[in-house]
Amino acid sequence: MSHDYTKRTAYHEKVAELRKAHKVLKEWSFTPSLPERGYTNRTLFVNLTTLEIKEKPVTEQMKDLFVGGRGFGLWYLWQAIKPTTKWNDPENEIIISPGPLGGNTQYPGSGKSLVVSLSPTTGIPIDSNVGGYFGPLMKFSGFDALEITGKARNDVIIVIDGQIGKVYIEEAPQEDVNSHAAAEQFTHMYAKDHDDLRNVSVVASGRGAEHALIGCLNFSWFDVRRQATRLKQAGRGGIGTVFRDKKLKALVVHAPPVKGDMNRPADFDKVAKVGIKMHKELADFDLKQCNMRRQGTAHLVEIMDNYDLLPVHNFQYGNHPDTKKIASWIWDKRFTQGIPDGCWYGCSMQCSKGADGHVVKTGPYKGHIVTVDGPEYETAAGCAANCGIFDPDWLLEANFYCDTYGIDTISFGTACAFVMECYQRGILNKERTGGLELTWGNAEAQLELLHQMARGEGFGVIVGQGVARMKQIFIEKKYGDPQLIKDIGMEVKGLEYSQYQSKESLAQQGGYALTNKGPQHDEAWLIFMDMVNNQIPSFEDKAEALYYFPLFRTWFGLNGFCKLPWNDIEPPDNHKYPPLEAAKVPEHVQNYCDVFTGITGRPLTKEGLIAMSETVYQFQRVFNIRMGKGRREHDLPPYRSVGPVTREEYESRQERYDKQLKEWMGIDPATKTIDEKIALHRKYREDRYQKLMDAVYKRRGWTADGVPTLETLKRCRIDLPEVVEVVKPYLK
Amino acid sequence: MRYVKADAAKCEGVRACEKICAQTFFKSEDPNLSAIRVTKKGSAYEINVCNQCGQCIAVCPVKALSRNQAGIVMVDKKTCVGCFMCIGFCPTLSMRRAPGQREPFKCVSCGQCVKKCPKGALQMVEADHAGLPA
Repeated sequence: MSHDYTKRTAYHEKVAELRKAHKVLKEWSFTPSLPERGYTNRTLFVNLTTLEIKEKPVTEQMKDLFVGGRGFGLWYLWQAIKPTTKWNDPENEIIISPGPLGGNTQYPGSGKSLVVSLSPTTGIPIDSNVGGYFGPLMKFSGFDALEITGKARNDVIIVIDGQIGKVYIEEAPQEDVNSHAAAEQFTHMYAKDHDDLRNVSVVASGRGAEHALIGCLNFSWFDVRRQATRLKQAGRGGIGTVFRDKKLKALVVHAPPVKGDMNRPADFDKVAKVGIKMHKELADFDLKQCNMRRQGTAHLVEIMDNYDLLPVHNFQYGNHPDTKKIASWIWDKRFTQGIPDGCWYGCSMQCSKGADGHVVKTGPYKGHIVTVDGPEYETAAGCAANCGIFDPDWLLEANFYCDTYGIDTISFGTACAFVMECYQRGILNKERTGGLELTWGNAEAQLELLHQMARGEGFGVIVGQGVARMKQIFIEKKYGDPQLIKDIGMEVKGLEYSQYQSKESLAQQGGYALTNKGPQHDEAWLIFMDMVNNQIPSFEDKAEALYYFPLFRTWFGLNGFCKLPWNDIEPPDNHKYPPLEAAKVPEHVQNYCDVFTGITGRPLTKEGLIAMSETVYQFQRVFNIRMGKGRREHDLPPYRSVGPVTREEYESRQERYDKQLKEWMGIDPATKTIDEKIALHRKYREDRYQKLMDAVYKRRGWTADGVPTLETLKRCRIDLPEVVEVVKPYLK
Repeated sequence: MRYVKADAAKCEGVRACEKICAQTFFKSEDPNLSAIRVTKKGSAYEINVCNQCGQCIAVCPVKALSRNQAGIVMVDKKTCVGCFMCIGFCPTLSMRRAPGQREPFKCVSCGQCVKKCPKGALQMVEADHAGLPA
């Protein structure tokens, strides 16, 4: 490697001075405690308006029904808000919880925090799964969750000091707002000495989140090899925007030094044994399978391109000749190799890659040397390929500024791709963009959008409102054909699509649009199973997959896990199972049951795991209905994700589409014009999607309008009076 | 650095090495607490013990593994977070964990096993660790 991975611009030299400017608004004492079998059995409540700080008990009902993590977040949010609550009302909350298994240091991917809030872009609950040390360190300080409500008058921080048993709300006027600098400053400010740096974790956002609705949170950890504060993002749904709206500059946790048994598990040996087995599996097979340890999720770039699944030019196309310029082998060289890259202790998958030595080209940090955390696949696909920018240095630049400004790379990538296509089609022009030439591949214009978001000026602020609001604005201003604008704006429920083509996978069209929080791939990624391997041909097969996988994956978010070590590494004999079973990676599912039992002491079967998730999943669906957005009409995808919208799209895959006309519809393509063929495809594909919805709703125990029935709520033990009350009007 | 070199052909399964190792470091004769392990394979024996290659050093997320002045790879239990990645990634499977133990353990080339082996299957040898991970 040609760069020194410990060399970067420092931001923490004057932390003593910065701290002197703090004003303590509230100090509150507590008795630090470790969890017992994964739970501390209390949560921390902070009201920024009234400065009330208190602890709340975790009830047995909470543990039984909602488990932890995302479940606790949804339950607290349910109690805190009304159906009329808007994202920027003071009663909206941000809840952070690591789940009962979070913080174990043995099983790979066990350090996740789940963040829940009412989303600015969707108006329904959002949950986001993020690495970094905050959640586990908060639990080892004494709390299963942090619940924040209210709004501060000036920029404040909340400090949870688990070493001395204090919580503070402090005005903090002088530190940076932008995450890469803020996290470093607060980490050095609250660590007692050098060895203590890794016992501090910071949550921050950035200037972009102040003016955009697609704001993200950054969760930090101190990387002892790089001597750097690294960042992971709770990206989806605009929680960073809520954070800055509450005038939160940072959350800081300072915990006791971590040891391997701090969850005080019921059976530590059981957890250690299964963890070591996974480490060995990764040691032996990662290089032959996904190569996550060297390339992270960026290894997917050329694979998606090869399968025509990489979003190019706002999801118009699935591959591009220049993909090789941002492919895995570029990142293999650009990422610093040979040092641990886990975003929590014990993650031997090590996908939190860092591109050290990036010299910033633009904006307020021009000339600084920074470590860019990533790019991950989604960032590469969204900010680069989808916008036609095939340049690794510009991708690093966009990745760096998205993170530090607190902007979600996925939503930004999809929003930027949308406005670039609008520019291509004359819906936007230089006058409407304030002079920005948003042509495909214009990286400098893309960066300027980000800088405008951070400054709160120009067209960047419009882009920061997200695709759903941009569609409304462009249609209201009569910028172009409303149907075309709706068709090419890649969002459902107000959340931007993540970065996979779903046109040729009906199951994935549902995997995106039939999700609780909006189209991301946290719930289901079925493209290979469906499109490539044709393992789920019937509507019922697809519905079964869209029942099982969203529930299975929900379980990670209840317990504090990362999804990746589930199936981005597989036992070498996984193929001994029939294909549909193999897709579940049965040995790893058993691992999760074993870790659950090892920590909590509660037995868990594979079926019990799904049932545990379904309670929370159905509850979240009802929560959406309560907020006015959880029925059939809200589960419809934009046509761009279903089939070819434009002539160019059709012509680019004409052979495929013509063949489908013959085979699926019995129509001779030679007798039809391109426009007629597009219309025939649309009719066929939209009808097919409706049939999929029918099958999925039936399997999930919902009415034809997508509402969970009373029987379903009862079966899932979530027939609480306040839950039943929400669905009843729709069941008549 | 010095390390224990095993000649399995001379081993007759006496297991004196395991006993003295467990006794020295855990005051027990439980072979599960020994850093050196003897396994019967058919009519022969295999001996597994750390060769101080140091591959584990780079795997540790908190720098709890390092070479001491003599070049021996040591576990700093105070720093260790008990993730056991070093066990999974040891190329010779010589990093250990004992039931109930929060941190891993390994051979520190103390030489007790070499002295106790009645068959001369173990010897302490010197090697240059200059080119090995530090």
